[in-house]
Amino acid sequence: MATHALAPDASAYSRGLLYEWLTTTDHKKIGIMYVINSFIFFLIGGVLALVVRTELAQPGLQFLTDERVYNEMFTMHATLMIFLFVIPMLAGLGNYAVPLMVGAPDMAFPRINALSFWMLPLAGILLVSSFFTGGAAAAGWTSYPPLSGEGPLNSPGAGQDLWIVGLILIGTSSILGAINFLVTIFKMRAPGMTLFRMPIMVWTILVTSVLVLMATPVITSALVMLFIDRNYGGTFFDPSGGGSATLYQNVFWFYSHPAVYVMILPAMGVVSEVLPVFSRKPLFGYKAFVFATAAIGALGFSVWAHHMFTTGSVFLPFFSLLTFMIAVPTGVKMFNWVFTLFRGQLTFSTPLIFAIGFLTMFLIGGINGAFSASVPVDFALHDTYWIVAHIHYVLFGGSVFGIFAGIYYWFPKMTGRMLDEGLGKIQFVLMFVGFNLTFFPMHMLGIQGMPRRIADYAANAGWNDWNRAATIGGFVIALSILPFIWNVFVSLRNGRVAGDDPWEANTLEWATTSPPPPYNFDRLPEIRSERPLFDARHGRIGH
Amino acid sequence: MTADSHALTTGEHTSVAGLAHDRRGISNPILGMLLFITSEVMFFGGLFAAYFSTRAANKPWPPAQFSEILNPFSLILVATVILIASSFTCQLAVAAIRRDDRRGFLRNMAVTFVLGVLFLVLQAYDYSLLFGEGMTIGSGPFGTTYFTLTSFHGAHVFGGVIMLGVILYRGMSGQFSARHHDAVEAASLYWHFVDVVWILLFTILYFL
Repeated sequence: MATHALAPDASAYSRGLLYEWLTTTDHKKIGIMYVINSFIFFLIGGVLALVVRTELAQPGLQFLTDERVYNEMFTMHATLMIFLFVIPMLAGLGNYAVPLMVGAPDMAFPRINALSFWMLPLAGILLVSSFFTGGAAAAGWTSYPPLSGEGPLNSPGAGQDLWIVGLILIGTSSILGAINFLVTIFKMRAPGMTLFRMPIMVWTILVTSVLVLMATPVITSALVMLFIDRNYGGTFFDPSGGGSATLYQNVFWFYSHPAVYVMILPAMGVVSEVLPVFSRKPLFGYKAFVFATAAIGALGFSVWAHHMFTTGSVFLPFFSLLTFMIAVPTGVKMFNWVFTLFRGQLTFSTPLIFAIGFLTMFLIGGINGAFSASVPVDFALHDTYWIVAHIHYVLFGGSVFGIFAGIYYWFPKMTGRMLDEGLGKIQFVLMFVGFNLTFFPMHMLGIQGMPRRIADYAANAGWNDWNRAATIGGFVIALSILPFIWNVFVSLRNGRVAGDDPWEANTLEWATTSPPPPYNFDRLPEIRSERPLFDARHGRIGH
Repeated sequence: MTADSHALTTGEHTSVAGLAHDRRGISNPILGMLLFITSEVMFFGGLFAAYFSTRAANKPWPPAQFSEILNPFSLILVATVILIASSFTCQLAVAAIRRDDRRGFLRNMAVTFVLGVLFLVLQAYDYSLLFGEGMTIGSGPFGTTYFTLTSFHGAHVFGGVIMLGVILYRGMSGQFSARHHDAVEAASLYWHFVDVVWILLFTILYFL
């Protein structure tokens, strides 16, 4: 007699692998697809960056003959890296980790989750296809009008419109994802997991989701208005027709400043999961960290106009003061991390090394950011390479190192195989050296007055050496990606089998198999702290 | 909840990971809809911010050639009354399904749906009148802001009407009951939101 298999992984009848992945609503498969999709756009964005650096290696126009093409390169580099790599990569890690970490079977709305993901490749195709439809967007990732206007000397082509539509799609994907995260976190935590027993990663995703939910619609409104101005004769941002160009900047930065926290908070969450595991200690000052995260989220909404100091249309003391105040909760976090490491029993596995890379590089990114928070200094540094240095120390030194820490940390859970430590360390060294060689010189270039977004510079400006160094560094970064790709391919076939919990970690995702079955758990340990697995291993020591 | 039908076995002291949702408090779909509405509030917030900033920079407002064009005591008042009335009928539908009165639910939901469509028809007609008097989205900041705000509201009404249509269709096939009608509650929240935005728009565009 046939028995009905009630195992949650038993499907009615077998499907092809491709069909399975294309139609899945499993948060783990969707999370992995987020990661792969984001990595592909990381590679494309990286190639564009190399084109930019190659052109800047020496004065004059050698590599690109048309400056407009150069503009397309840096515009699409930033657009792809921000909107199709960093934001969705972190959302993907969150997608994978959050339901597991809170002990839920899936996200709250699995089909909406799939929708959020599938909008991303679609938007990416729209954006990249603009290269083949008469030129991509070339007004910078900020797309300020009048530069992004429809006039023949501004951005007349379809590329700018494709850019707008692509970004609206990505924004919608983010908003739906944020709703999904919030409902999952609020409603689907395992019994016993109070808010203050949630893993820090979950806290950071919570605050990030609030930022996405409240800020992203505002840039959607900005993009809609830009689209109307370009295509239907609107005058929102056209001063000659009664509009205002700074209006765009206000509405744009109301999202795009919180967006930098969207890009850093989950990376902070990853690091805050990695540091305790590899120093065999709890996170120092859990509650302080949570409140600091919430404070960064709240302050994040009141500092947008520090991007507009030089426009003369914002109240400088207010925005300067609040920008400086962001340094306080960020400093609290730095303290949390350092004292988590302090007197810990450190194991220098690849995730910890990348996490330490995050700590050191993000610290520099925080400090050089504080320079431009000061109004008089910012007037000198505005739109110079100093800003380029700052953004890369925060988003590459911070987010990207955090992302790789997360990938090395969760790869065993995602695939059941360990990544190779040796190749991981080679990648780290190359990336760390290449990163600093590329972006540290940009501080000097900025102080010396080199403006951003130029294809050419005078040979006697004294910028040649630093630019050459930065270009060499850029290729070292590119080189560092090769051992990573090799590592993934080799480890998927021959990597050491991970087992359920290779790191002796703290959080619930390590309580199930690697990779976890659909719906994740058949049982959960008791949850009495933010480290349920530690409690299960060691009894109730230290409580 | 069907998910509970294959609830997993547990040890004595362990608790099953929530295939069991947290049943206390607000339900997942309704919380999801409230969060979605939050994001919509921010979207319209961006448009309203643009409206007020544009308006502050342009004197006189409305500009001379359109000074009398937006008369609140015209067709638009009828449309407004219709949309507000639809919010009431929508709530009557919710109240009906809460007490398991499916017939009353369907009747009120059908009326709501028709009123929503009617609003859209009136708005389209009103647009044609405005076009006839030479006011378009391209006629300066006044036209740009007016048509952007009202057309995005109209698009949201259109989305709401589709939502109501789905609810009506599902209701007619008997999918809702006093115990199971989260979708009805969520759609009604959205419909009320659309209504509130219109009240704000009507007040600001026609009276202020």
